Amino acid sequence: MQTAPAKPPQVDAKLIVPFVNAVRHVLRTMAGWESNVERPRLKQKQGPEYDYSGIIAFSGTLIGTVVVSFHRDLAVKLVAAFVGCELPADTADFADAIGELANLIVGAAKAELGVNASISVPTVIMGKGHIVARPSDIPCIVVPCKTDAGEFAVEVSIKAA
Amino acid sequence: MNILLVDDSKTMRIIQRKALAALGEITFAEAADGVEAMAVIAAHPAGFDLIVVDWNMPNMNGLELVTKIRETDKKTLLIMATTEAEKQRVIDALKAGVNNYVVKPFTADSLQEKVRQTLAKAKAA
Repeated sequence: MQTAPAKPPQVDAKLIVPFVNAVRHVLRTMAGWESNVERPRLKQKQGPEYDYSGIIAFSGTLIGTVVVSFHRDLAVKLVAAFVGCELPADTADFADAIGELANLIVGAAKAELGVNASISVPTVIMGKGHIVARPSDIPCIVVPCKTDAGEFAVEVSIKAA
Repeated sequence: MNILLVDDSKTMRIIQRKALAALGEITFAEAADGVEAMAVIAAHPAGFDLIVVDWNMPNMNGLELVTKIRETDKKTLLIMATTEAEKQRVIDALKAGVNNYVVKPFTADSLQEKVRQTLAKAKAA
């Protein structure tokens, strides 16, 4: 007997759209950058690899994590535009800037979601070619973001508690 | 004017410092959380004209800090600068004693305007 292929997990679009809007809003307001967001997609395998990731956890009415990941070249340019001066990569100050960018994007999305949830202070991973692993019980949606200086991704893995 | 910036992100303190420096002659002090802020306040007996406070910080968050400050100090102007934008959070902050509230992300102009409004309102009172 053949078994039917497993259905892809369902994701509520209402949980994703605020992150799309937040990326545009934060980059425009804090860095003066315009960005285009491509169609969000379900992450079905590990990867791609990144050099810097800011991770923020949700708790309360929403649980899960959101990861904002960059490649080095874009991260250096974006942080310079964000802070107003160049910061040496791979330093504590650079990590702080990546974490704050993640915090602003997730915070702005949470405001639009209008939920009574809390977000953690950001954790930052710096390491060439790292992969952020996910719990398998929450689908992960990748929001690909394009700027003139390169691409980055917001990976949203949250669900109602 | 003496301003204390309280935010666990050094990046955000740099951004705020740059934005507010345009308002005139300002002496800045900084703290990375509520506990550190209380220590900085204790070390400055002359006090601060304005304190800009983040909400989500380790050790002592911004709401706890505002409550603590207001136990003994009703005069210092306090602005909450945070990603927390829900109406209830704003109400909670105002009840705790903040004079104004600014939602991150903000432009330099909008932060300057919030500070101007807060100073003007205090002067008129």
